[in-house]
Amino acid sequence: MKYVIIGNSIASVGCIEGIRKTDRDGSITVIGEEPYRTYCRPLISYLLMGRTTEEKMAYRDERFYSDNNVTCITGKKAIKVDPKQKLVTMEDGSSVPYDKLLVATGSRPFVPPMVGMDRIRKKFSFMTLDDAKTLEQSLTRHSRVLIVGAGLIGLKCAEGILDRVKSITVVDLAPRILPSILDETGSELVRKWLEDRGLVFHLADSVAEFLDDTALLKSGTVVPYDVVVLAVGVRPNTELLKEAGAEVGKGIKIDDRCATTIPDIYAAGDCTESHDITIDQDRILALLPNAFMQGECAGSNMAGQEALFDKAIPMNAIGFFGLHVITAGSYIGDDRLYQSRNGYKRLFIQDGLLKGYILVGDTVSRAGIYTSLIRNKTPLEDIDFELICASPQLMAFARKDRAAKLGGVQ
Amino acid sequence: MKRVYVNEQWCLGCHLCEYFCAFANSGQSDMARALKDAVICPRIKVEEHDGISFAVNCRHCTEPLCVKSCIAGALSVKDGLIVIDQDKCVGCFSCIMSCPFGALMPSDTGVMQKCELCTSNSAGKPACVQGCPNRAIVFEER
Ligand SMILES: Cc1cc2nc3c(=O)[nH]c(=O)nc-3n(C[C@H](O)[C@H](O)[C@H](O)COP(=O)(O)OP(=O)(O)OC[C@H]3O[C@@H](n4cnc5c(N)ncnc54)[C@H](O)[C@@H]3O)c2cc1C
Ligand code: SF4
Ligand code: SF4
Repeated sequence: MKYVIIGNSIASVGCIEGIRKTDRDGSITVIGEEPYRTYCRPLISYLLMGRTTEEKMAYRDERFYSDNNVTCITGKKAIKVDPKQKLVTMEDGSSVPYDKLLVATGSRPFVPPMVGMDRIRKKFSFMTLDDAKTLEQSLTRHSRVLIVGAGLIGLKCAEGILDRVKSITVVDLAPRILPSILDETGSELVRKWLEDRGLVFHLADSVAEFLDDTALLKSGTVVPYDVVVLAVGVRPNTELLKEAGAEVGKGIKIDDRCATTIPDIYAAGDCTESHDITIDQDRILALLPNAFMQGECAGSNMAGQEALFDKAIPMNAIGFFGLHVITAGSYIGDDRLYQSRNGYKRLFIQDGLLKGYILVGDTVSRAGIYTSLIRNKTPLEDIDFELICASPQLMAFARKDRAAKLGGVQ
Repeated sequence: MKRVYVNEQWCLGCHLCEYFCAFANSGQSDMARALKDAVICPRIKVEEHDGISFAVNCRHCTEPLCVKSCIAGALSVKDGLIVIDQDKCVGCFSCIMSCPFGALMPSDTGVMQKCELCTSNSAGKPACVQGCPNRAIVFEER
């Protein structure tokens, strides 16, 4: 059996581990455009902060490829998938035949056209290790950094570099920060926390025009800058399979076995659409755990098993300068708000199920117990609702369920 | 694999397991000196409510959601045991978001800690179990 994987990141590693659980012998070839073995993409901001090193950022240890007997072609881009001949062609014209193929091409930055972009001398995205390295090289103690985008990536970048630059200004069209994961209360709270550390925000605003070292905002504000980071959004890399004839929406369409609409071709990670069980709809969930678990599921199925990944939900753990935020699921149904000393908690309940939560500050501990209620669609009538609302705890489960969880009783 | 299992009906709620855990992982040889006046940060936690109590630590899951969710590759499976490389951990709390048992918590240095069944300290076998006066937690194959 010849397995080929396009993309050498998290979903790819999940796939390798999934395949090798059952098939030790089939050949595995990984084609990765980036010139590195798999590194932890979310750590690029921690690298700039000095909280990790390039060596420690490796997702798996240095024996991973040899232990798993994987042929790794790095620094090369796949440009064509031919499902009839079962062949992947690379940009240098060479090709690799496959029996089972995984497409795990992730996503790339989406950069909307803005007036005067060509006048920015130091302009970066913040998606890859090379982005982080080149950004780092251009920063000095005197840099005035303008970040376009107050989402997860833009703000993690800000956290990563704040200590080594003069100033950071963040501009976003949305009226509040982190709108995809936080409610208004949370956005406010995190924004104030970041402002206290020196970040300057211009929200509900956008860049009208870039001049040589100033940006003119729609509101009329003038922001001087030396370095610009564009973190507006990401787009899934779907082209390879679209051209091959697979069904593609916003992301590559897959079923709960992570199979695409083309036989023997699977897809996983940020390039796909996941089925979010909290709203029963397909959507892009560009998250590391999701990428790993989809990759693992695809790998098992490529190796002939019957694996399902049918528990996808949005979930994010993110922290800035010691303030932690954990969120999951969808913010639908009735909600319950609990203030705490240094943060708050909001739970969302619909049809007797926990559908989502927002935990900010001192409410984050043991959050996974809440996550499990969402993932497993645990009927809230089966557990002690008041206890579980008070704090995530196993005490809220029935005695027999506790016996199963803690006593190994089936 | 041998794991720590809970016999809830035997738990006295005495919290000794927590103290034995904190001591075993303190790197010190004298229990009194290690724990006196210290705020302990054990890897096993006793839940209590309405006269019921039980201790919770890592289940060493066969499908460990913490490992699959770790953004730093700091958690891994070693012969069935779920271990953490604290040197790689960046303290992002993704594992806390994912563990269905609430079994990871920040250590006093900010990176995560979890029960490794006393394989990475000098206790030999789980100190919590050795310290439990009533066999409310046991270390066995089930
Ligand atoms: C700054 C930052 C912080 C993040 N923080 C978090 C976080 O805290 N928590 C979280 O859950 N997620 C986070 N994420 C998201 C997370 O990194 C992604 O969900 C995850 O990396 C997705 O993995 P993947 O394998 O699907 O694809 P990717 O990691 O995107 O990798 C895809 C790979 O495929 C390669 N590739 C693409 N096309 C081709 C081709 N044609 N031929 C060959 N190779 C190709 C690319 O070069 C790339 O290396 C963060 C992302 C960023 C950028
Ligand atoms: S930390 Fe939690 S998820 Fe990880 S193995 Fe232990 S119990 Fe399972
Ligand atoms: S806190 Fe540490 S161990 Fe937990 S997910 Fe983050 S990096 Fe991994």
